[in-house]
Amino acid sequence: MAVQLWQVLDLLLAGLTLGLGWAAVSSPDLRRSVVFFIAFGLLLAVVWARLQAPDLALAEAAIGAGLSGALLLSALRDEPDITMVGDVRVGPVAALISLASLTLAAVFAWVTVHTLGAADPTRLADQITAQLPDSGVGNPVTAVLLNFRAYDTLLELAVLLAAVLGILALGPARAPYRAAGPLLDGLIRWLVPLLILTAGYLLWVGAHAPGGAFQAGAMLAAAAVMLRLGGHAGAGLPQAPTQRILLTAGIAAFVAVGGATVATGHAFLQYPEGWSGGLILLIETAATLAIATTLALAYIGGRPPGWGSEGSADTATKIGGRD
Amino acid sequence: MLFAEITYALTGVGLFALGLRGALLRRSLLGRIVAINVCGAGVFMLFVAIAYRGPEQPPDALPHALVLTGIVVAVSATALALALGRRLRESEHE
Repeated sequence: MAVQLWQVLDLLLAGLTLGLGWAAVSSPDLRRSVVFFIAFGLLLAVVWARLQAPDLALAEAAIGAGLSGALLLSALRDEPDITMVGDVRVGPVAALISLASLTLAAVFAWVTVHTLGAADPTRLADQITAQLPDSGVGNPVTAVLLNFRAYDTLLELAVLLAAVLGILALGPARAPYRAAGPLLDGLIRWLVPLLILTAGYLLWVGAHAPGGAFQAGAMLAAAAVMLRLGGHAGAGLPQAPTQRILLTAGIAAFVAVGGATVATGHAFLQYPEGWSGGLILLIETAATLAIATTLALAYIGGRPPGWGSEGSADTATKIGGRD
Repeated sequence: MLFAEITYALTGVGLFALGLRGALLRRSLLGRIVAINVCGAGVFMLFVAIAYRGPEQPPDALPHALVLTGIVVAVSATALALALGRRLRESEHE
């Protein structure tokens, strides 16, 4: 009986996810698309929780729904013509694309069913469980991210840095919002300290329970988004030179620890016995700051005031001249 | 083969195709970015569904770690795409 109830819930969640995904993709009104997408992200967080992935549920709620939503909503502000009547193509080509997508879905579904139906493969999960006591942390996801596959996370931080450098190179920040009224201002005064506290908690607790650098960084970035929405043009970020240091802090900590492990005769990022917990916390703290600064700058959408006086000044004049 | 695993894996496949179709059919950049994100969410769901091993066993942490990095990379790629779009519009208006 209990099993059947779970199955009803699964079907309901799956159906709702597909429905919201469909609505987000097919609504000709961009505003609706974005709002459906935010709801879709929140529903995904529920699905991750259902599939016993609480780390992902936290990250999805904060990043997938929260920050992506904030980004898309602020992009809507720039969109000249929100209700675009002809935004979704129709006609014979569109029908062909729909048919091709449907065929692709059918082929993938067939492959998926057959692959999942095959004998249970040997999984790395068993190795992760076996090695977990030696990893220095108790949360298997953190252990994978910062110990077993720390290399991947290092390179991921490099991807984030590349993306934010692209954004910074593209131009100055979006126009700031006007100062918040007393109600929003009061809310921000309450929320920002709470978000910073939650970020610290998530960073610390990530060692043995759901949480970690990504979730903590997203919380800090959410604080920055709140501040910017309240009219702080710089989103509460420190001065530009400090921002540069924070942006590279994650990679710097990773490379410094990797260099130190090599210097002491271990492999790159192979933590010496007994040091893992401390080194992971060190890297995670630096990564949290880097991720938070990256996401905050990504939300601002360009160089905030104070970046590169010589290079940006002439670009700013050029853009000013165009207007 | 678990019921939940297969249900969510197929939902992931469906979302992938839906997002792909949307990305090809939409004209506005913003609409396409939303569609690509739905497409990516489908891939994430397939991963998480495969990682699920029933209520008794702990799930596979490796796909979870991959999806976690994926979520963060997706949002930064989205931000970069939106910044590129804004720059494009600015250069069209000159």
